[in-house]
Amino acid sequence: MTLKSDIRAEAEALQAIFTDAVPVEAPMLVSAGTLLDLYGEDIRSRAFTTHDPDRGEMMLRPDFTVPVVQMHMAGGAEPARYTYLGEVFRMQDAGSGRPTEYLQLGYEVFDRAAPLMADAEVFALMFKALDGLPIRAVTGDIGILLAAIEALDTTDARKAALRRHVWRPRRFRALLDRFTGAVPAPKGRADYLKAAEEQGLAALIAKAGPPIGLRTTDDLAARLERLRAEAEAAPIDATEAEVLVSLLSLKVQLSDATSALRNFAVDLPGLQPAVTRFADRIDALSEAGVAVNDILFEASYGRTQMEYYDGFVFGLLGPVPGEPPLATGGRYDALTRQLGGGREIPAVGGVIRPEQVHALREARA
Amino acid sequence: MITLGVPSKGRLMEKTFQWFAARGIEMRRTGSDRDYGAEVADMPIDLRLMSAGEIPRELAAGRIHLGVTGSDLVQERIPAWDQAVEVLAEMGFGHADLIIAVPAWWVDVRTLEDLDAVAADFRATHGHRLRIATKYHRLVRDFLRDAGVADYQLIDSQGATEGTVAHGTAEAIADITSTGETLRANHLAILEDGLIHRSEATLFRSRGAHWTDSSRAALGKLEERLR
Repeated sequence: MTLKSDIRAEAEALQAIFTDAVPVEAPMLVSAGTLLDLYGEDIRSRAFTTHDPDRGEMMLRPDFTVPVVQMHMAGGAEPARYTYLGEVFRMQDAGSGRPTEYLQLGYEVFDRAAPLMADAEVFALMFKALDGLPIRAVTGDIGILLAAIEALDTTDARKAALRRHVWRPRRFRALLDRFTGAVPAPKGRADYLKAAEEQGLAALIAKAGPPIGLRTTDDLAARLERLRAEAEAAPIDATEAEVLVSLLSLKVQLSDATSALRNFAVDLPGLQPAVTRFADRIDALSEAGVAVNDILFEASYGRTQMEYYDGFVFGLLGPVPGEPPLATGGRYDALTRQLGGGREIPAVGGVIRPEQVHALREARA
Repeated sequence: MITLGVPSKGRLMEKTFQWFAARGIEMRRTGSDRDYGAEVADMPIDLRLMSAGEIPRELAAGRIHLGVTGSDLVQERIPAWDQAVEVLAEMGFGHADLIIAVPAWWVDVRTLEDLDAVAADFRATHGHRLRIATKYHRLVRDFLRDAGVADYQLIDSQGATEGTVAHGTAEAIADITSTGETLRANHLAILEDGLIHRSEATLFRSRGAHWTDSSRAALGKLEERLR
């Protein structure tokens, strides 16, 4: 059994690398409402919920990102670099034996000047902090996925639906198949549109029952318009959809990723600006001293677990498959908008799990 | 000796007694109607009359070897339930379906896919997530996650759940129903693919209870009768 004090000592040693950052503390109790609005109900199976008589439902912080962003948006100076060290709390699956509280050491950069350099800076620092350990680095780019959706030649409503479910691969695939026409429209949809056309929406509603609940007849009328537009929209081109699907499964060395992405951009020209940014980031990584030849690029990396990242993402993994990563991080510009109350700032950060680092050092000693 | 927890009152208790009696196991109450003492004739079984709602907890904690309760309660209340208990017999009564229902006048919502799309629209228009009233938080959350439904929130409702939509405290409900009559009376309609769980009274074995040679032998004797 490793002593908690040993892990804390490891964490404090690691934190020395973030000397340029301002050390910050964050509250352990976070408003459940904020987290639920960001992550949805699923957060209830991942975070511990408790109750405060004055503030209502609270959660033990599942990470620092949300409280640190809130603190910065409430009046932090710009640009800012923060570091923090403290416990986070995660509910685990019954019987998994995974820790429910552990230290997280983090580094967050809020800087408008040069986002790609900031991406490289965070990654290079995390990499350097774990210098000498047998780690594998994996990177991804949610920005490329979002750009590929945006580049599709289709309606804004479909793009919005795909963007909304980019985090849920199965649902995303079902939507895409629906939009290409590979799978027919939902059962009963055509009947509904026909009945609404022939009898009028008001008559259909009157027959069905009293208008209970907060949804309004205007809401139904607006959706009827959207369903009509959807039924009339041309299917997404099969080649474009194929590009998107193969892009999602792309796994190559980072040094080969740019040329692979350029090939995708031939069939999906709208992707080009995102690919150029991607290539510039690789240059920035090289300039920051990162050996890009040894790094893997997986286009879908972080797609299922890291719901607030919307750009560059990374993970530094130890030699044991299935173990949690030693470090993870990424860009979360949209999160600052959601929590910023009308303001936003480009932001990128990463966390190290000192107990994983400590365990790896012990195993090698 | 093994301990067996069975529901302490109502139709569920009567049906349980009948089910065991049909298999040659006679259960009877000792003392008056208000006294929760009970016994099994000629079997090494310590019979305990308990609240059906508490039986999942007692099974999970291993304080009883066997228990009869609804499969909905076990799956809702015991995390990783199949690791904690084993199904010995589905008993064929106490049927109830856990379903998702929406206002009947939502003529544009038939499936979970519709519900998801409406949840997104609703959040954009009304400024909060679409509310689903239920007491089955775990089952509903897991089901909606699998179905890829987002932008909803669960509102706790421990009773009269069908009334929450008319009262304006929820937009939809997830609750158990056997005939659907209460749903219809409250102007709600079940989603076509909205069946979350088909519940029935079930005899469970606790994996975490203390299983000695004698309790295993008693279980063997019981299982012979159940065959």
